[in-house]
Amino acid sequence: MKLFRNEEERTAYFYLLPAIIVVFGFIGYPFVYSIYLSFTNAGIGKSGSFIGILNYLNLLKSSTFRQVLFNSLVFTIIAISIKMFFGMIFALIMQHLRRAGKLVKTLIMLPWVVPTSLSAIAWWWMYNPNYSIFNWIINKLGTDYRVHWLSLPKTAMLSVIIVNSWIGIPFFAISILSGLISIDIELYEAADSEGAKGYQKFIYITLPLIKPVLAVVLLFSTLMTISEFNIIYIITNGGPLFGTTLLSLYAYQQGISNGVISRGAAISIFIFPLLFIVSYFQLRMVRKGISKR
Amino acid sequence: MKKFNSLIKIFIVILILVWTLFPFYWMLITSVKPKADIYDQKLNPLLLYGFTNEHYRYLFEETNFLIWYKNSLIVATSSTIITLIVSYFAGYSLSRLKFRGSSLLGLLIFIAYLIPPTLLFIPLAKVVSILNLGNNIAALILTYPTFLVPFCTWMLMSYFSTIPYELEECAFIDGASRLRVLFNIVFPVCKPAIITVTLFSFTLSWGEMIYALVMVPSTMNKTLPVGIRSELIRGDVFFHGPLMAAALLSVIPVILIFSFFTDLYISGLTKGAVKY
Repeated sequence: MKLFRNEEERTAYFYLLPAIIVVFGFIGYPFVYSIYLSFTNAGIGKSGSFIGILNYLNLLKSSTFRQVLFNSLVFTIIAISIKMFFGMIFALIMQHLRRAGKLVKTLIMLPWVVPTSLSAIAWWWMYNPNYSIFNWIINKLGTDYRVHWLSLPKTAMLSVIIVNSWIGIPFFAISILSGLISIDIELYEAADSEGAKGYQKFIYITLPLIKPVLAVVLLFSTLMTISEFNIIYIITNGGPLFGTTLLSLYAYQQGISNGVISRGAAISIFIFPLLFIVSYFQLRMVRKGISKR
Repeated sequence: MKKFNSLIKIFIVILILVWTLFPFYWMLITSVKPKADIYDQKLNPLLLYGFTNEHYRYLFEETNFLIWYKNSLIVATSSTIITLIVSYFAGYSLSRLKFRGSSLLGLLIFIAYLIPPTLLFIPLAKVVSILNLGNNIAALILTYPTFLVPFCTWMLMSYFSTIPYELEECAFIDGASRLRVLFNIVFPVCKPAIITVTLFSFTLSWGEMIYALVMVPSTMNKTLPVGIRSELIRGDVFFHGPLMAAALLSVIPVILIFSFFTDLYISGLTKGAVKY
């Protein structure tokens, strides 16, 4: 039996070989290996032996880990809602910009373009306990109130959510904007002639038509938000009292800093069920989009 | 009334821009403010009362900032080039050539694209140590394509399918080889997609942190984000000036290339994210 049916098939696989090495060797294999590791008690420099689902059981029993799960959920849900809401507002405003529209667009995109690992450093300084610029502004507005940005678990969570939103809003805005632009203006004109009000046009024309864009952006952003690492690592390092530790940071702390690779792997694995649910819906939508075309 | 509405609009736009740009302003102003002024709570922190380049001097002379900068440049450029080559051929093959398993491979690459990079750092660190690349920036050059190639392949794939096949067909009839067609005919046509993919890869590798943190521990091999985070942030010493100078200098190349290609970048990414 011949390996390849024809010349074209051979060329195709030849061109694909590097990508196949990347996908199978550096994504697929590590993924499977990570599942394997999570069933062992391997540490750094120690290969470990098979212990079944003990890592998972221990994790679920640990109150710290349950808090980390809870944090990840809170962080993701609140941040996504904020990004969605303000992304929509930004997009609606950008849509009606004529003068200087391009410049404004470029500037608004900056938080999303600039690497998180660098912009988070500026935010960390803005949240400084003694010299926070936000507290200075609050005091100038006439109150003595001091926000303890990073020193209490709840405000620290709020602080990192704000940073994540600052970064993510442009992505929502620009994607929603691309959806808005593609809507046929005649629809609005027809609605106008029927005497529709602004909010009615938004609910009955705009929203349904940008739903596909919205769904894809939402799902993609969920993946990125729930696996956030940089912002947390730089601004709070998970503290105070594990108040802002998310799954990926906890995996790093346990797997790398404490050297218990197997437990770190098990923690990472916890993101996958969610990942599968989200990707399933995304894939379904992608398929639908293709068959329509 | 109309005038009032447009005034409100301008006001909101200004509010949005202040919110968006403030952290950058804060980086800039802290990095050129004399040390004493930064920590003087009687002064208005938003304004500049004196000017200094001491923080930048400190950064260049007393820290390894320039070494990290060089490392980041090497890593980001190399992984971008690798990614470009790999995804160009893969994308072409998946969108143009007929072969068994093509839809399965396309699907696998799409799934790979959905795996966030922060999930694989533990097993990848193991893979790197098996390859004996621990503490070597080659480890980063080799692993960064894992989170770049899937997206870039998809992006290029969808772009290739918008190019009319007749273009290539003519060249084939004239007797050109496939490689020749790929470089002389297809490449010039898909420049916009190539630029998008290049910007995307470079920016992501430039800011990547967790792989660099795990795989390259020694000072001399660190990349910018890791170097700044782990060596410029120290206890309670007052170092915010140099820190902001470092962040600003690291952000500048990204802002520069982005502002040159804004339109391409935005249209490319929204296409890649929405059209698949």
